[in-house]
Amino acid sequence: MLKRKDVLGLIDASEEEISEILNLAAQIKRRIQNGEKKMDDLAGKTATVLFYENSTRTRTSFEQAAKYLGATTINIVAGNSSVAKGETLVDTGKTLDAQRNDFIIIRHPMGGAPHLLAKTVKASVLNAGDGMNEHPTQALLDMLTMQETFGSLKGLKVAILGDIKHSRVAKSNLFGLKTMGAEVRMYAPETLIPRSIDKLGAKVCGSREEALDGADVVMGLRIQLERQQAGNFPSLGEYAAFYGVDEKMLSYANPNAIVLHPGPVNRGVELSSGVIDHERSRIEDQVLSGVAVRMALLKLLNEYREANA
Amino acid sequence: MIIKNGTLVLRDGLVKKDVLVQEGKIVKIADNICVDGETVVDASGLHVFPGLIDIHVHLREPGFERKENIESGAQAAVKGGFTQVCCMPNTNPVVDNKVVVSYIKTRAKEVNLCKIHPIGAITKGSKGEELAAIGGMQKAGAVAISDDGVAVKNARLMYNAMLYAKGFGLKCLCHCEDKDLVDGGSVHEGLSATIAGIKGIPRAAEDVIIARELSLAEELDCPVHICHVSTYSGVRLIRDAKRAGVKVSAETCPHYFAATDEVILGYDTNTKVNPPIREEKDRLAIIEGLKDGTLDCIVTDHAPHHADDKNVEYPLAAFGISGIETSLGFTLEYLYKTGVLTLPQIADKMSYQPAKVLGLDGGEIAEGEVADFTIVNVDEEWTVDSSKFVSKGKNTPFNGYKLSGVVKYTIVDGDVKYTA
Repeated sequence: MLKRKDVLGLIDASEEEISEILNLAAQIKRRIQNGEKKMDDLAGKTATVLFYENSTRTRTSFEQAAKYLGATTINIVAGNSSVAKGETLVDTGKTLDAQRNDFIIIRHPMGGAPHLLAKTVKASVLNAGDGMNEHPTQALLDMLTMQETFGSLKGLKVAILGDIKHSRVAKSNLFGLKTMGAEVRMYAPETLIPRSIDKLGAKVCGSREEALDGADVVMGLRIQLERQQAGNFPSLGEYAAFYGVDEKMLSYANPNAIVLHPGPVNRGVELSSGVIDHERSRIEDQVLSGVAVRMALLKLLNEYREANA
Repeated sequence: MIIKNGTLVLRDGLVKKDVLVQEGKIVKIADNICVDGETVVDASGLHVFPGLIDIHVHLREPGFERKENIESGAQAAVKGGFTQVCCMPNTNPVVDNKVVVSYIKTRAKEVNLCKIHPIGAITKGSKGEELAAIGGMQKAGAVAISDDGVAVKNARLMYNAMLYAKGFGLKCLCHCEDKDLVDGGSVHEGLSATIAGIKGIPRAAEDVIIARELSLAEELDCPVHICHVSTYSGVRLIRDAKRAGVKVSAETCPHYFAATDEVILGYDTNTKVNPPIREEKDRLAIIEGLKDGTLDCIVTDHAPHHADDKNVEYPLAAFGISGIETSLGFTLEYLYKTGVLTLPQIADKMSYQPAKVLGLDGGEIAEGEVADFTIVNVDEEWTVDSSKFVSKGKNTPFNGYKLSGVVKYTIVDGDVKYTA
């Protein structure tokens, strides 16, 4: 069983831990699909969703997960709280702890912020994305979708294309997938590849064709306009022409390959609309996987908390 | 004062002799000196170094006394074995005129521990726009100029600064950092930065400005000093320039020869320092550079901060390590015990060369020299514990590190200013 107070990243998650989370999440997902949305595992518990960055998908997904489990949820948007008045993260954490929160779900623009919070508070901290560091629940939901499609993650060829350098999703997927025995390929302009990522086990490819050849999973990552403005590539059009995935490119992948994207998607940039709406796209299915994975994590962390109360 | 039975660390070797000090000067070095009425410092089993000199510290006064002040900084300095320190001008107000220089000199005299030499700013407010009052500051006692913390962005202004300062016998101490390449990074750009998901600072951010300053120094035939070298490639640039006859001196800090960038994993903001702690190949090149004379000085870049400046998200934390109390310990542990440098070579890097670079008195034990000494039990081991620092800045990432060498006495102008 998961033996940790916080879930900060997949960098140190073991194969057993990931399997346990994914298997429980798969069960929960089936229960939700059967219309069962009321569980009481977290009855009487409080979960605070503390977001220092905009998000719709992840924030509502966490909130829904906590609510389905019967927890009371509190939503703090940094822009209109004491944070906007200059309160430090450590002081915010101390306040939330004094309010007897059981879980703090944090998104923050800086890597390591959840780690600082976790050191400060007694509550369990869940990382909902920290800067360029990790987004463990996104990677877990991606892995859940992959596992449901292919039965196992072992030996899967996963091609990640897009802004890898600034992507916490790519990093968490790399850590998790390598631990589970999958092959992770990456392709992007070199300006969008993090230094020494190959030393973490990623296979950095020289072309789209090489990255996609026989791939089981094709994952696109959002290309933000601000990266163009920072000089990482000349234009979104040039990006799409040389680095985007359209249906022709998709044909290099395994005929059963699935398409994933953590959203929000830039249609016609990292993935063409034809690929996004393709029958093999699982982008919408990822949403329910997300709720299930977050419920599984909350439930496991709660069991650990109760066992160690 | 007679320093008896110690092993003197001289320029050319170690020798067991006594030292007679009168009126703040070394008057005699000989066997078995006995003079009635003189106080005796028993240095049996100890090494007597020339007073250590740190030409790169931040004392934070005026303006940032919450982090450090001249008194606490001087107390930390003498505990660390330093008899002279040069303090950087990034205070508030910035040391860019004679009034602030005089203020620091006055406070240093009141505190009366180690000698404190102010370094003036190169540009007004260190903003990189107009030259600071360089001549006035020199007359008031500034020993060099530097915009430490930033590089002068405009190369023509730096060109003018070097030329103008030369007229007053002052050197530019160059903080080499291209802000566009740093681009908001806070750690070395490498595998550890990728793992931690923290934006990195490439070596080139430091190297391109080192290359620029070397080029200006060569063009103008001006002496120039490169601060806190952290990259292997920077060492090579300086080595090549020295071979070509460019008048360059350079310094590095203990954290660059003792640590590598893995220390950032775990997000301890006390590891955040500018330039950042880099990789093993850099660490080894720094050691090589110290060995072959490319790097002249070991300085601390002592950068004390309040806990509040560090107890925040990594990218928001202040840059800097409180290092003046651990500098000699790191040097003896990582350079002497490993056989990289001999004790006379360490005295060279921590006393003689620093004095020479800035034209200060002291730097060696010789008859007629100032009576500044650092008396050390070189073999005594100790463990870093920042709660025991006398500096207000407890910001070190090296708690628990085992170091060598305990300072027993720090003597300034013949007065004992610190006793262990």
